[in-house]
Amino acid sequence: MKIAVLIKQTPDTAELPKVSAEAVSTHNVQATMVINPWDEFAAEEAIQLAERFNAETVAISLGPAEALDGLKHALAMGVDAATLIDSGADPNAIDLSAAAKILAAAVQAEGDVDLVITGKQSVDGNSSAAQVGIARKLGVPLVTNVVKVVDIADGSATVERLADGIQETVQVALPAVLSVGKEINEPRYPNFMGIRRASRAQIPTRELDELGLGDLAPLTQWANIRKPESRRTQVQMIEGSSPADKAEKLVDALLAEKVI
Amino acid sequence: MSVLVWIEHIEGKPAASSLEVLGQARAIADGLQVPLYALVLGTDTGAETDSVAANVANYAPDAVLTLTSPELATYRLGVYAEALKAAIAAQDATVILTAATTQGRDVCAAAAFDLDAGLAPDVVDLRVEDGQFIAVRAIYSNNILADITFSGPRSFASVRPRAFPMPSPADNAAPITPLAFELPADVVTETVLESRVVGGGEISLTDARIIISGGRGVAHDPVRGFTLVEELAKTLDAAVGASRAAVDAGYVPYKHQVGQTGKTVRPDLYIAAGISGAIQHLAGMSGSKIIVAINQDASAPIFERAHYGIVGDLYEILPALTAAAAKRLG
Repeated sequence: MKIAVLIKQTPDTAELPKVSAEAVSTHNVQATMVINPWDEFAAEEAIQLAERFNAETVAISLGPAEALDGLKHALAMGVDAATLIDSGADPNAIDLSAAAKILAAAVQAEGDVDLVITGKQSVDGNSSAAQVGIARKLGVPLVTNVVKVVDIADGSATVERLADGIQETVQVALPAVLSVGKEINEPRYPNFMGIRRASRAQIPTRELDELGLGDLAPLTQWANIRKPESRRTQVQMIEGSSPADKAEKLVDALLAEKVI
Repeated sequence: MSVLVWIEHIEGKPAASSLEVLGQARAIADGLQVPLYALVLGTDTGAETDSVAANVANYAPDAVLTLTSPELATYRLGVYAEALKAAIAAQDATVILTAATTQGRDVCAAAAFDLDAGLAPDVVDLRVEDGQFIAVRAIYSNNILADITFSGPRSFASVRPRAFPMPSPADNAAPITPLAFELPADVVTETVLESRVVGGGEISLTDARIIISGGRGVAHDPVRGFTLVEELAKTLDAAVGASRAAVDAGYVPYKHQVGQTGKTVRPDLYIAAGISGAIQHLAGMSGSKIIVAINQDASAPIFERAHYGIVGDLYEILPALTAAAAKRLG
C-alpha cells in the first residue's frame, strides 16, 4: 500500500499578522516558513497508518523551488520520501483550480497511491479546497474532517468524521482522499535521527511541464489585496467598588450596545 | 442565468447560516438582474423537504427548488454534489452560493471543480460592481482581504456564517418548484455506516450570537473556572469557547477552540475570561462586534483589542456577571 501526504509550507502562525498586503500581492512574504500546522496531523497519520498497515509513505508539496523545509519536517517525522512540485516563476498563475489539477497529477505520478491524506486547511490560504479538488480531479471518494481511521481492509477504508456537529462512521473504496482534523492524533516532534536523515535527504523536484497537464488558466483573479480595516481599539475599563458593582456596570454597557 | 443558493436544513428548519446567504443573494441577483433560486435537497418521503421549502419561500427567492431522492436521505458529498450540479444545469445558475459550513464548503467546491469553474471559499462579503460579481476572501487567518473575480460562465462561493445579518421573512411566499433528479450510475461516493448528532442542544460557535470563552486564567481551578463560564453562557444563551492554551491543557475539548487552529467566529458579543490574547487567538475572534476582556493582568494584550475591560479575578467577576445579567434580563 502507498500513502501520499500533501504538505504546504506556510508562515509561522505568530508572524501571520505581520504579513503585509503588498507582500501578498507580490508573492514576496518575508516570514519564517514552517510546515502548515494542520499538515503535521496529516503527516503523523500517514506514518501511523504505514506502521499499522505496512504501507510506504511519500510527502508531496507544491511550492517555490526553495520551499523544502515543510517536506524536510515531514521526512524528519518519519515519512519515507518526498517530492516537490516547482510552482514556477509566476505563482499568480496558480489558483485553486490549477493547484488541484497539479496536485492530482503529482499524486498520479507517484504510481499506485491508495490513500491521499491532507490537513484540514492551510493557515495562509484557509480554503479547505485542495482536498476536494484533488479528489474530484482524480475521480475518487473524499472524506473530510476525519478524526479516526478505524480500519483499512479489502480495498476500502473505514473512518470516523466529525463535522457540523455530526459524528459519522464512513466507508470509502480505495483509492480515496482523506482530510484530517486536529482530533486525530498528536503529531510527534522529529527526533535527532530523523532531523539528520531529513537534512541529508535529496528531495527530487518535478517541473510543472513534466506532469503532462492540460489547461491551467486561472479561473479566479485577485484584486484590491488589503489589510482589514482596523477597528476602534480604545478599551473602556470598567471600574467599580466590588465585583458585583463592576458586573452591573458592564451589563448596563452591553445592554446599551444592544448585544445582550 | 440565475443565482442559486443551497439551503441546508436541520430538524425540519433551514439553517440560519443558509438564510443569511439567501438574504445577501437577493441583492446579488438584483445587481446582476437575474432570478434568485433557493435549493432544498431531501428525501422523497416529503414532509421535511416541503416544510423547509415552505419556510424558505418567505425569504424572497423568485422560486424555491426542491430536489428529492431516497439517495439524499443522509448527507454524502458525492451524492449532494451531483444534486447541486443537477439544479445548476436545470436553472442555468451562474452564481452558486452555499454557507461555509463543512458540508457547504465541500459541496460548493466539489461542484466548482467538476464544472471547471472559479471558486472562492469561506468568503466574508459579496457584492456586484459594474455588473460583475465579486466575492471577498479573508486569507492569512483573517489578516488579509482580497476581492475575487471570476472568469468563465459560472462563479462559486461559500459564505462564512454570520458574514451577513439574518434576513426578515416576508408576508408573501415564492412558488415551490420540484426538480427531477436521477443519480448518475457512476457516481463516486462514500457509504455512511453510522451517524449521530454530537453535543446535542449546544449552540455552535460559528453560529453563536454570544460567546463566552475561557483561557489559561482558569488554571488555578479549571473545573470551577469553566463551570462559571458555562453558567454565564447559559444565562446569556451563549456558546462556550476556549483559547488554545485551555484546550491543550485539557480543560475543555478541542471543538471549543477559537483561533487560528480552531474556529473563526464573529459573534455580536465575545467575552474573553482569563485569555491573555495571543495573536493566534485574536485572529479567530477579532471580527466580533463587541469584545469584553476579563483578566487579572492589566497589561494583557487582549485589552488592546477589547471594547470593554475588567481587571479582576474571573472567579469573582464571572458569577457576578451571571447574577447581574440574570437580574437585568429577567
